[in-house]
Amino acid sequence: MLSKKASCDSHGQDSSYFLGWQEYEKNPYDQVQNPNGIIQMGLAENQLSFDLIESWLASNPDALELKRNGESVFKELALFQDYNGFPAFKNEMVDFMASMRGNKVKFDPNKLVLTAGSTSANETLMFCLADRGDAFLLPIPYYPGFDRDLKWRTEAEIVPIKCTSANGYKITETALEEAYQQAQKFNLKVKGVLVTNPSNPLGTTMTRLELNHLIDFAIEKEIHIISDEIYSGTVFNSPSFVSIAEALTERNLEDAEVWNRCHIVYSLSKDLGLPGFRVGMIYSNNQAVVSAATKMSSFGLVSAQTQYTLSQMLKDKKFTANYMEENQKRLERRKEMLVCGLKGAGIRCLESNAGLFCWVDMRHLLQSNTFEAEKKLWKKVVCEFGLNISPGSSCHCSEPGWFRMCFANMSEETLMVAMQRIKALVESTIVPQQTGLSKSRWLKNKWVFQLASYEQEPDR
Amino acid sequence: MRMLSRNATFNSHGQDSSYFLGWQEYEKNPYHEVHNTNGIIQMGLAENQLCFDLLESWLAKNPEAAAFKKNGESIFAELALFQDYHGLPAFKKAMVDFMAEIRGNKVTFDPNHLVLTAGATSANETFIFCLADPGEAVLIPTPYYPGFDRDLKWRTGVEIVPIHCTNSNGFQITETALEEAYQEAEKCNLRVKGVLVTNPSNPLGTTMTRNELYLLLSFVEDKGIHLISDEIYSGTAFSSPSFISVMEVLKDRNCDENSEVWQRVHVVYSLSKDLGLPGFRVGAIYSNDDMVVAAATKMSSFGLVSSQTQHLLSAMLSDKKLTKNYIAENHKRLKQRQKNLVSGLQKAGISCLNGNAGLFCWVDMRHLLRSNTFEAEMELWKKIVYEVHLNISPGSSCHCTEPGWFRVCFANLPERTLDLAMQRLKAFVGEYYNVPEVNGRSQSSHLSHSRGQSLTKWVSRLSFDDRCPIHGR
Repeated sequence: MLSKKASCDSHGQDSSYFLGWQEYEKNPYDQVQNPNGIIQMGLAENQLSFDLIESWLASNPDALELKRNGESVFKELALFQDYNGFPAFKNEMVDFMASMRGNKVKFDPNKLVLTAGSTSANETLMFCLADRGDAFLLPIPYYPGFDRDLKWRTEAEIVPIKCTSANGYKITETALEEAYQQAQKFNLKVKGVLVTNPSNPLGTTMTRLELNHLIDFAIEKEIHIISDEIYSGTVFNSPSFVSIAEALTERNLEDAEVWNRCHIVYSLSKDLGLPGFRVGMIYSNNQAVVSAATKMSSFGLVSAQTQYTLSQMLKDKKFTANYMEENQKRLERRKEMLVCGLKGAGIRCLESNAGLFCWVDMRHLLQSNTFEAEKKLWKKVVCEFGLNISPGSSCHCSEPGWFRMCFANMSEETLMVAMQRIKALVESTIVPQQTGLSKSRWLKNKWVFQLASYEQEPDR
Repeated sequence: MRMLSRNATFNSHGQDSSYFLGWQEYEKNPYHEVHNTNGIIQMGLAENQLCFDLLESWLAKNPEAAAFKKNGESIFAELALFQDYHGLPAFKKAMVDFMAEIRGNKVTFDPNHLVLTAGATSANETFIFCLADPGEAVLIPTPYYPGFDRDLKWRTGVEIVPIHCTNSNGFQITETALEEAYQEAEKCNLRVKGVLVTNPSNPLGTTMTRNELYLLLSFVEDKGIHLISDEIYSGTAFSSPSFISVMEVLKDRNCDENSEVWQRVHVVYSLSKDLGLPGFRVGAIYSNDDMVVAAATKMSSFGLVSSQTQHLLSAMLSDKKLTKNYIAENHKRLKQRQKNLVSGLQKAGISCLNGNAGLFCWVDMRHLLRSNTFEAEMELWKKIVYEVHLNISPGSSCHCTEPGWFRVCFANLPERTLDLAMQRLKAFVGEYYNVPEVNGRSQSSHLSHSRGQSLTKWVSRLSFDDRCPIHGR
């Protein structure tokens, strides 16, 4: 009766990534109302800098009240459904994107296509670049939502580029070539590579070397590059962020064919913390892509009300500069808190300089080096210790034992509670059970013992 | 290897049709009361601009709605983070109440069966993704909204097979037409998954009769297929007969959750036409089938409604005093405006289908065609766009089977501009339509025919043209 798409589970929403959310929904932590509930650490939201935006909005009421110089623009906005987007908003967006890249690159508003969130942008690009059954290569681990966003309705395929902790998950020439061969083996036509830079779930920025490997690869195979740069504004530490646009410009490739095959996805959901407003975009130097994507954006336009409010806000360069700087400071501080807290529990993370999460190494807590053991550990973490974190398997990681933990979607107090629970988890996992002692006293003694022995562990 | 996908490369987005080309001409030379009085008047855009004052005055009295506040408290962070594809509960409640109110509260809707989407464009495409696989088909009565070719077929890979409706019975859907369309699909090896109707109809501006709705229900029941009723114009039914929703007819026929057909009847809605808010991208899918709701909800990730907009409109629609007044006043103004268009056309010797809804009239210009062909229709259309400077939509762009019909919008421009448009049309008809059989005469001599002679021919044509009486349905 229904289509195959509606009937099957190729929407990918049965993965543990989403199941963890469901558990959280049933029993969400609240400092006052439900202190034993599950703490949400699986949601990559940026809640650290709302005060800055709120205070700007309070000082600039016209932006929300839909006024321009005191005059109502309600009617103009109510009628504005032009898929070319609100010009003032697109102009501000390209300036904002450029400033985030240290103004080392410039963007043309006519090459920008607005979409209802980057979820829509990614799917739209796939519809533009891949036919049913074509494939895109993605480095693992990757954002679990891609299985739905890139494959579900487009019927495109994803072939993983194997990255491992052996070299900090960097993309290598070998891994790229192997993925390509793998696709060929399955008779899949490879149309491009999609990378997320900064990476989700790793929280790291791509190096220039990686970007150059990628560009060389795309030139050789004559395929596309989609660079999802939605976390570009969350880079809080060196090395600084290098966009694919910058890498291409550095190599003077503006006139090369590959220039027309590189596309950037952006969104205000992570940097500005506004996922509810559904503001995403595609940037491409390829006129045909811009044209097709523009028409497709009809299926997910950004509300004119929102375009107006944000165009006013982004116009204030003093505000955006201050916001970016302060936001990055706060993210760095919060990340450090998480890293220290984990260290205190003897847990290390991948060294990261961006994003809203850490890529956490819990391999030593696995009963065996298997995904079954990872799942078992994950269930324990969620159900017994009340932390919703994302298991690496849901991100298609090739090595069991890694987890993504978010740090920017909760208060500092909540993060500290989470860290205490992690410590308790570690004790319960490593130390064998003992009878006759009350659990809390046993845990306290063991915790002190554990902390002493882990203090010597080098930081990663 | 082709660089881009088929979707991006070919023009199956349907945007090369005259419907969109007319817009392009308008964009190049738009009419302006002061700055460009000879420009093209846009009568191809089904927008409702008649009641903004009501919304603006409500906004002025209720600043909290736009200001991210609720009971004086800031809810900015809550809204900024709200990306739940189940939608803002208060907004969904307000939407279902509004939808029920438009239907005279003869039916009620359950907010848990409502899925919000970024406009009806997104809702319609999502429905097709949920109900049909690539290569399958959906039946749609002609004439239909040109955008459907893009919305329903482009990325879904689904086909549209037309249900031919003609003027002989006022373009109503018949059993025969339904059956013929189904057979046609079978002949082309296309598996039919459903029927999609727009009620009130775009471009006809008429509501479906109870009889048509019964026919449709029997048909989908018999074939075991779906029925999607796009009711985005439901709030614009300004005249009798009153609007009957497919949900009402299901109730009439005592079809409830225990009957099979219950699960296969779905409604699309939007605030773009009734409230005149196409820029805010608010559409909705309503289905009695839990699986459809579940799948559509996930798919709505690709086109969610901005939480900022959901908050504003939930406050607005929750104000029952506003909605009651708005619905009544909207009807009144649309009715008056349609009357002005009809009488203006009449003065030019042009009749329309008797319409009781929508933001446009379905205008009969068959008597102005050089021949009963679509080439002649295109010729006439080009003259109207390029010479008379009116952008109207030719019936062929709506897949009408009979040449000579045009959709003319009346609610997207001020009254005085509408009057001007009618004057231009009258002048055009008067000047051109006296001797269509004359060939080889120069333009100037053609125009130099006296008013008197052209008037005579015009009058005589009118009196012999009894194929379609004025206001016939």
